Amino acid sequence: MSSTQSHDRAPGDDTPIQTGGEAFSELLVYTTGFVLAIILTAISFWAANTSLLWPPGVPLGLAVLAIAQMGVHLVFFIHITTGRDNTNNVLALAFGILIVLLVVAGSLWIMTNLNANMVAPGELMNLHMQH
Amino acid sequence: MSTAAVFGGEGAVPAEAFDDGPAPKRIVVAYGFWIFLLSDIVLFSALFATYAVLVNATAGGPAGAQLFSQTRVAIETGCLLVSSYTCGLMWMAIGARNPTATYLGAAVTFVLGAAFLVLEFSEFAGMIAAGATPQRSAFLSAFFTLVGCHGAHVTLGLVWLTVMMAQVATKGFLPAVQRRLACFSLFWHALDIIWVGIFTVVYLMGIR
Repeated sequence: MSSTQSHDRAPGDDTPIQTGGEAFSELLVYTTGFVLAIILTAISFWAANTSLLWPPGVPLGLAVLAIAQMGVHLVFFIHITTGRDNTNNVLALAFGILIVLLVVAGSLWIMTNLNANMVAPGELMNLHMQH
Repeated sequence: MSTAAVFGGEGAVPAEAFDDGPAPKRIVVAYGFWIFLLSDIVLFSALFATYAVLVNATAGGPAGAQLFSQTRVAIETGCLLVSSYTCGLMWMAIGARNPTATYLGAAVTFVLGAAFLVLEFSEFAGMIAAGATPQRSAFLSAFFTLVGCHGAHVTLGLVWLTVMMAQVATKGFLPAVQRRLACFSLFWHALDIIWVGIFTVVYLMGIR
């Protein structure tokens, strides 16, 4: 879709019909994302099951691989780009990521602290929490 | 010196930088649905946080390492990933107004999503038969809530996909139908992103 054409359209108009060249480049985008996602998934499963890697480092590596794959999905499948028409989507995504980080990191931080500070009834907690 | 000359004259800045007008409805609809999806992801982040806090609270019951099958999770992951790809191909077919390719893409996406659900239900049924029910421990409650909530989303996605194909069959590629299909494909890709988090945090980290 050329930019002049899309700006001449009234709100709510049809999406323009694709031509062969655009369809090919879109297919390339989806296929690139698909291949990258397969590679990252395969590395994740390998890293979780191998004994070649230093075991305490594996969870961190898995987290990095997962975040990378989420990035691949966002860019190649959901088409989040740095383009002008995408600014709002990116800002909403940034806010979403902020909240997700606050919820996950905050919960883990507070609950770990609580567990660590449960000195006196620690044995009692152990019965329930196995910590 | 005229203002036009100061700014480099006509044509130095592309006209589209100023003459946008209101955004087309498909952009606005996709933006609104994107905000819903982000709120859904925030909901899942609360479930992930709960699971991560309770993962060791097995109360003497089975832990993840005894319950999870790597092969099953790998197949489930493959189903969802390929269905995300075929959903993208379906979206391209919609862009080309090709009904046959649209139905084909939707059918493959549906079958793969259904295969994922069958595998997940058989996993749940096996766990419950072995006594690893949600009541057994806080770990299992958190597990069934997190993974079950994702499964419920996939189920809803399959219903939605069926309804959309009925709309394509009866109404054709109307602008409104296309916007709904755009929302569906966003939804389906977002489910795959959440599954990436689940197979990493629950299954891969859980067997270690």
